[in-house]
Amino acid sequence: MYSEKVMDHFQNPRNVGTIADANGVGEVGNAKCGDIMKIFLKIEDDVIVDVKFQTFGCGAAIATSSMATELIKGKPISEALTLTNKAVVEALDGLPPVKLHCSVLAEEAVKSAIADYYTKIGREIDFDLGCGGCCDHCDHH
Amino acid sequence: MTEKRYVYADNAATTRVLPQILEAMTPYYLEEFGNASSGLYSYGQRARAALEDARARCAKMLGCDAEELYFTSGGTESDNWAILGALRAKKDKKHVISSSIEHPAVRNTLLRLEKEEGYEITWLPVYEEGIVRVEDLEAALRDDTALVCVMYANNEIGTIQPIRELAAIAHAKKVPFFCDAVQAVGHVDLDLHELGVDLLSLSGHKLHTPKGIGALYIKKGMWIKNLIEGGGQEKRKRSGTENVAGAVALATALEYMCGEEGKRERERILALRETLIDGLLEIPHVRLNGDRTRRLPGNVNVSCRFIEGEGLIMWLDLMGVAASTGSACSTASLDPSHVLLAIGLPHEIAHGSLRLTLDVDNTEEDVEFILDAVKKTLERLRAMSPLCQE
Repeated sequence: MYSEKVMDHFQNPRNVGTIADANGVGEVGNAKCGDIMKIFLKIEDDVIVDVKFQTFGCGAAIATSSMATELIKGKPISEALTLTNKAVVEALDGLPPVKLHCSVLAEEAVKSAIADYYTKIGREIDFDLGCGGCCDHCDHH
Repeated sequence: MTEKRYVYADNAATTRVLPQILEAMTPYYLEEFGNASSGLYSYGQRARAALEDARARCAKMLGCDAEELYFTSGGTESDNWAILGALRAKKDKKHVISSSIEHPAVRNTLLRLEKEEGYEITWLPVYEEGIVRVEDLEAALRDDTALVCVMYANNEIGTIQPIRELAAIAHAKKVPFFCDAVQAVGHVDLDLHELGVDLLSLSGHKLHTPKGIGALYIKKGMWIKNLIEGGGQEKRKRSGTENVAGAVALATALEYMCGEEGKRERERILALRETLIDGLLEIPHVRLNGDRTRRLPGNVNVSCRFIEGEGLIMWLDLMGVAASTGSACSTASLDPSHVLLAIGLPHEIAHGSLRLTLDVDNTEEDVEFILDAVKKTLERLRAMSPLCQE
């Protein structure tokens, strides 16, 4: 069902945890739909110097969170904002169709955390946040 | 991950074929492979004799007459046949009563009838304990009720329904009663004539036969339409070349599971279940789903807060335990099991459900192993859950 890469990131998720002095925190999804992703960013000079995540969700949700954090770690914000769910899926060697929403959540979690950082430093949010699962409709992911 | 041990604890999904069952059926593949309906020569006659002998043995174990048992391909076919056959036999009545926790083979058949053929379905509630109440059925029965369908024991939470009482209520209003007993047969004491149902489905692979054999009990005097047309096998009621080996397997399985040894095994499995439930409930934020006593001897179903079931099952597999979940994270709807929602669980608790089903192969050591694996898995998944702040 899952690729070896997905299984690897599920079994050995990278960057699990929280960052006490994070300056960008984003949470998307909801428990009703069965997945929540929370991403913590430590940003210095517009560069993501550290990233951690917590995820409540299925194997794909855990793997996409893990991969998303890997893809943005050490990158400038401008680059992290170009992260698409497609890139996460490709980096994981694919996901079953019913699990694609997990990759969308991962992309949105990253954007949500950067938006939080922008808000904290008083910068205007000039990118699309996506739906973020806030609508409480599981089929809208 | 140094342990090589693997414990299969998903016996409600399917069971291992027991060696004595395989042994009993093998001659009907290798030697006595004749077509039971080719009665003009000895191969066919011997196959027919084996088939009818198997039917009689099954009937004896189930407490019915051999003429009341029809072999099918399994539980799903039997469920479809019972429902569609009974309803098509009396087309003037368009109301069906069922429970809100039926297996998809019943539930989806009824949903399609509702959507496409103008039937009205009343889904009886099951409350927190997961059990239908007799008074709810009494209140739901109408003049145009064509059929009542309530399962014997639930496939997810294992709760056992008061079938005899429910059937009596339906019969008082002259409404036939169909019971899906796929999870129950061989695992509880069940005597068909005493039970009083008109139709009852069962499946072999839940009691250690290979997949592909089941049966439908049709009480004498109950007439239902055919589902499958063809060469007129099974007294013109169910066409298709008879699965003689499967029938022999089913008879052998029923004799074992409903016999003395099987009954002793049930007691042993029940004790294992209790140890497993006690151990699981010691873990923080774990609750039992469904009534604790009125449940199948091997069924354990718990909800573990702050985690999602799919990850739990995948991780348990890595730890060496096969289990299942009612979290439908892998289905398109993303809705958790209708059974868990029917017993009142909120979505987020239903997503964290874990079903462990024990059977004759399981041991005390298995239970210890499962408990250890579940504890470690929960610790791991909760450590990465944003919902868990401990």
